Amino acid sequence: MKIIVPIKRVIDYNVKAKVKTDGSGVDLANVKMSMNPFDEIAVEEAIRLKEAGVATEVVAVSIGVKQAQETLRTALAMGADRAILVVAADDVHTDIEPLAVAKILKAICDEEQPQIVMAGKQAIDNDMNATGQMLAALLGWSQATFASEVKVEGDNAIVTREVDGGLQTISVKLPSIITADLRLNEPRYASLPNIMKAKKKTLDEKTAADLGVDVTPRLSVVSTAEPAAREAGEIVGSVDELVAKLKQAGAV
Amino acid sequence: MTYTAPIDDMMFVIEDLCGLNSVSKLRGLEDATPDLVSAVLEESGKFAGQVLAPLNVVGDRVGLTFEDGKVHTPDGWAAAYHQLVEMGWNSPTSDPERGGMGLPTVVNACIQEMFNGANTAFQLCSVLTQGAIEAIEGYADEALKTVYLPKLVTGEWTGTMNLTEPQAGSDLAAIRSKAEPTGDHYLVSGQKIFITYGEHEMAENIIHLVLARLPDAPAGVKGISLFVVPKYLVNADGSLGQRNDVRCISIEHKLGIHASPTCALAFGDNGGATGYLVGEPNKGLQYMFAMMNNARLGVGLQAVGISELATQHAIKYAMERTQGRTTAGSEETIIGHPDIRRMLGLMKARTEAARVIAYRAATSLDFAQRSSNSEERARHQRRVDLLIPITKGWSTELGIENASLGVQIHGGMGYIEETGAAQHLRDVRITTIYEGTTGIQAIDLVGRKIQRDGGVAAMELVADMRTTARALSELSTNYADWVAICGAVMDAADKVEELTNWILAQRGSEPLAAAVTVLECFGICLGAWVMGDAAISASERIERGRCPMHAKTKLKTVQFYMNNVFPKAEALSSTVKKGAKSILDLSAADFCVDA
Repeated sequence: MKIIVPIKRVIDYNVKAKVKTDGSGVDLANVKMSMNPFDEIAVEEAIRLKEAGVATEVVAVSIGVKQAQETLRTALAMGADRAILVVAADDVHTDIEPLAVAKILKAICDEEQPQIVMAGKQAIDNDMNATGQMLAALLGWSQATFASEVKVEGDNAIVTREVDGGLQTISVKLPSIITADLRLNEPRYASLPNIMKAKKKTLDEKTAADLGVDVTPRLSVVSTAEPAAREAGEIVGSVDELVAKLKQAGAV
Repeated sequence: MTYTAPIDDMMFVIEDLCGLNSVSKLRGLEDATPDLVSAVLEESGKFAGQVLAPLNVVGDRVGLTFEDGKVHTPDGWAAAYHQLVEMGWNSPTSDPERGGMGLPTVVNACIQEMFNGANTAFQLCSVLTQGAIEAIEGYADEALKTVYLPKLVTGEWTGTMNLTEPQAGSDLAAIRSKAEPTGDHYLVSGQKIFITYGEHEMAENIIHLVLARLPDAPAGVKGISLFVVPKYLVNADGSLGQRNDVRCISIEHKLGIHASPTCALAFGDNGGATGYLVGEPNKGLQYMFAMMNNARLGVGLQAVGISELATQHAIKYAMERTQGRTTAGSEETIIGHPDIRRMLGLMKARTEAARVIAYRAATSLDFAQRSSNSEERARHQRRVDLLIPITKGWSTELGIENASLGVQIHGGMGYIEETGAAQHLRDVRITTIYEGTTGIQAIDLVGRKIQRDGGVAAMELVADMRTTARALSELSTNYADWVAICGAVMDAADKVEELTNWILAQRGSEPLAAAVTVLECFGICLGAWVMGDAAISASERIERGRCPMHAKTKLKTVQFYMNNVFPKAEALSSTVKKGAKSILDLSAADFCVDA
């Protein structure tokens, strides 16, 4: 069984994002970038399925700028077998929209014929939470989103999903799109021997045009703003005063 | 306690100032291209920050327990060690044929700085194992290599270095431990002290490298041999056999590095510990000296790592702590006060300068071992020999000053253990002592490294410093005050030349009396040189739009160094020339209070 893991190169989760002065988006020039954390969880789950003998090959796919090959090397160092980079932008500020990403992934799935696409539930840069669902629709495959546990039994995947108010366990028919939630696993550190080996693994490069996908944006960003700064607090003299103030503010 | 590996600065130094591209053209280092090295540093940085750093405080507070001859490391220590072994971080430079990764020494320098910065007490275990590997790899016969190297390289077994005895510290000629030949091996007996990680339960076996005397050995330094003495004997099939006749009799209570066991070991209480001779008889000290460069570089890197850690903590505190008000009347964080920025600037600028000197020494080690050109190998060996006492002596003394400034920035809170600032000062304090005190480094510099070769290596360095000054004099961008930077580097080259000539001209004990001051002056002057090179590279990076934030800060840091650190060289150079005689004039009797 082959597993495809789509991964996105995003602003590192430790970096304090700054909005560009023209409000067109987050400034990514010379900012540390790394693998989207949910995608890291997806890579880990795919590797575990391979180690458990369920999967035979893990292929990492990234779509974006050329530098995303560094992110793919990280996936290879963690244990993915090979990687495909689809170059679809020259500028790191160009965000490829979920529908375009889903179409590109569909084209890759048509070629690769995986049984599972193990994706992150969303990317931490724009929090769209849409690619997995769109890909399932385009392929006409089943989907199991927000996974916190994945088991493969015969032709089905038994997936526990994190839903509002609890956990839901569903059985989906393979091939399927599974999207990873935070508690699915704790990703491993890449070991030094695996980092060295990753350099020698295959990394194929294609373009969106090769796959016949038009990545022209359909959405337009109206404005981007940083969250308002927190206002100074106030020390109240008594509980009564606190309650009064909360009532006044309409908070209770 | 948080630690963030300074990967941007490390990559800047190894790519632009150490020429990683040329290093990766050396025989056997072809894999070490910048993209691979960057991936390696990212992952080792994660390991340092996420696994090792959180254990640093625990190690300091909880420390070690010793009962029934066993040393117990703090909770989490053994698990982290097993993870380090599993991840392949134990011995990154070892020969791939023995299971190592074959990375360049200069890349390992970054990894060692990170791991030591994150948790010195922990990393010492691998530091000592790397030393044992080097000794066996370099001098033992094939049979010993086959038995001991593979598991030392992975870290499944750990290594120790047994030199010191109660009466033999800096002077190893006084060693008394004995080795009696019997059959195919030796029976080793004697007592060794200050043995780092001499006993612990994290690994299944410990391989002691022990200096001892054969029965017919000549007296003094020419009669010392080197032996491998395993904690558990190794059977012919590689499995572990019976416990050898070596035991830990106590562990020391120390100022710092609380979780690193410093053991007193008794060899041969029950007839003699089984040992195997490494290399030829009576050459033990010679082998030890050949390994000294790496060991001393390692301690220099330790100090750079702790300096970096202390600086990061001080910056964080200075940005959060409010005291006083700004002129506009709002609450001010203490980083707003010029004197705090002075102290942070000193910490940052000196740490970065010391980093470059250490990494350049590591780069020269790579060239000295692997260059295909014999002239180039010899030149780099001369450079290594000259830089090692400077990087060891200067980085460690600076480490103490930096960690002390870190405490100062924390104010009263810094004197209280909870902030963690004091731990860095206590931990770094050992680095000027072990692997040769600063005094020993300084004597090595003026005696073996300058007087013995008639100043050849030092003058080659002066020539390189002047090359940097010339390149600086040709820069005309408005990014920095090039005249001032160039002037400082020229002045630094003149001072190194002048002091070298002064040392060569002395006929008495003056160079010994002035040695530590010479070493500090050399350190500061070499700092100016490497910061000059850093300014050139930073300016190029700004031109090309590559990491402009780091490059712009680097230029300001270079200017800070030239104007706030380098001027001290003037006072030091004057102290060398004036001070030596008055040191010698003081006799022991002058210190006698009762007289």
